[in-house]
Order: sequence, then C-alpha cells, then structure tokens
Amino acid sequence: MNQKKTISTLIVLGSGGHTTEMFRLLSGTDLNVYKPRYYTIASTDTMSAKKMKEFEQNTLDDMNVSFINRSRHVGQSYFSSIFTTLWAFFTVIPLVYRIRPKLILINGPGTCIPIVIASLLLSLFFLIDRPKIVFVESICRVQSLSLSGKILQYLPVHILVQWPQLTEIYPKTQYIGRLV
Amino acid sequence: MGKCVFVTVGTTRFDQLIETIVQDSNVLQALVDCLHIDKLILQIGNSQMPSHDNISIPIEYYKYKDSIENDIQQADLVISHAGAGTILQTLEAHKPLLVVVNEKLMNNHQLEIAHEMEKQGYLFHCTCSTLATTLRKFVNHKFKQYEKGNPLLFGQYLNEIMS
Repeated sequence: MNQKKTISTLIVLGSGGHTTEMFRLLSGTDLNVYKPRYYTIASTDTMSAKKMKEFEQNTLDDMNVSFINRSRHVGQSYFSSIFTTLWAFFTVIPLVYRIRPKLILINGPGTCIPIVIASLLLSLFFLIDRPKIVFVESICRVQSLSLSGKILQYLPVHILVQWPQLTEIYPKTQYIGRLV
Repeated sequence: MGKCVFVTVGTTRFDQLIETIVQDSNVLQALVDCLHIDKLILQIGNSQMPSHDNISIPIEYYKYKDSIENDIQQADLVISHAGAGTILQTLEAHKPLLVVVNEKLMNNHQLEIAHEMEKQGYLFHCTCSTLATTLRKFVNHKFKQYEKGNPLLFGQYLNEIMS
C-alpha cells in the first residue's frame, strides 16, 4: 500500500473571529495529509467547539480535541494574565508531549503563546522533535501586529500577515497573499 | 421593487448606531429620499431598541440569528459595525457597505480594517455623527469589486515548509 505521509497537526483555536479565520485557512489545506488534527479550545468557548464540529463532521476519525483553561480573558490586566499564562503553560506541557505534533497552527490570543513555549522547551530537552510552528496574523491587523504576533517575532515561528505593508515594519513576517 | 437596508451590530452593544438609524431624521431622509430605501431590517444584538412609532417605513428587528447571510443577500445596502467577520461577509456578497465605527470603544484595532478597506475602494466608513452625510455619498457610487482571500495559498505554503 502506497499511502501518503501524514503530518500530525496541533491547531489552537482562539475565539470568535480568530476561530472563523482558522477554519477558512484550514479549508485550503489537504486534510488527508494534515492529520490527525488535534484541536485545543478554551473550556469556556462553545462557539469554537461548534465551528469545529461543523468543519470536522465527516472526518471524525482524524481529529481529537482538548479543552484547556484560557490564558487571558478579554479585559484582563496584563499583570494578572502573567499568572494565568504560567498556569496555562504548565497544563499544556503534558498535552504537547503526548501529541508530539509535527506542525502547530496558531492565529490568535488565548493559549497560543504557552503552547509555543512548551513545545520549544520540550524539543530543547529532546523530549519531542521540534515542530514547525506557523502563526497567521488576523486580517484585522493592518498597521501593527497583535500582542501574540509581536512576542512570536522573537521565537522560531513562521509568521504570515495578510497586509503587505506589515512586512516593511516587521521584517520577520511574510506576506503570501490575502488568505481569508 | 422596494429597496431594503440591513443594519447589523454583531455580538456587540451599539445603542448609538441603532438610535441614530431609527431616530435621526437626517439619516432617514438620506435613506428614503436619496437611496430610495423603503424597508429597514435591524440586527441589534445587545443594543436597546428605542421607540420607533414615528418612523415612516416598515421596520423589522431581532437580536441574533445563527446566520445573517440571508439578510445580507436580501439587502441593497448594509450598514455594519466594524467587525471584520461582517465586513468580509458583506464584501464577499458584493453588497454596498457602510461601516460605522463605535468611537466609544477605545483602542479599537478593528478600525484599522475599515479604514484600509475604504482606502482600497471597497466600502465607506463613518461615525454615528457623520452617518447621514456619508449615506449621500452612496448615490451613484460604484465600489471596487472585492476578491475573496485565497486559503489555497496557505495550503501550498504549508506543503512547502513541511516538505
């Protein structure tokens, strides 16, 4: 049997518009290659869970979902979010270790930074192979990167933006066209 | 055939927009006299619905629906809050769009997309206080046709970096 190589993929669903954009992005990928797909969703985010079920309704064998605590609520102060982010970080380490993704797709706030740091640390200690990490900035961001995007510039992460002018301000980012 | 305007605030509360639409006589005049609108449909979310007994054209309103796609398709003009989802959905339906920015939301980065899309010629944007005058700009105006984003480019990109 000559089967195509599959790539286990961890997909971090943000919330609201970020989740909408993520499923638009995924609609352009080969679901027979990028599988199994492991989703993480904030435990309070029923909308993302619903969108995921719609998207995956015919492919349930190829996917899996974990609900995790959110690292930062809308309106939460940056100071207190340091502690919740640390907490989220310790909860995602076993998750990433178990999944061993080859690819991580992120596009929003929530738990994406802790997951990136957890996977980089795990690979630093040779506990997993280092995954490729792709962050796609929201189409809302025309003149500046989001907080997540700004932090991720300093880490080994591929950053795609959806407005070409951003690549002039942030040289690490790439524009390959409007994606959503 | 009558013409219909669809007003949508998404999941936000935007009292000022709903109030301006329903109670500002200049706005209603611009809609009826200049744009020949004879029906209003409002998706008001968590906003308050003010009294609208004096309004001269039929008006329908609701809080939320699972999908506003039908209302967008039916409309001849969409007046929307600055949410990116609604902006993209309306432009993809190739409907004339006026984005009303909520000045009371500070640090509103969604303003960026409304501003940029206007610069590119896809829509107009305004605030509640300039709504009536901005509506008059729609008379005989042709917007540039919006091309939907292409997620296949993302799929190709992944294939390249993973190979």
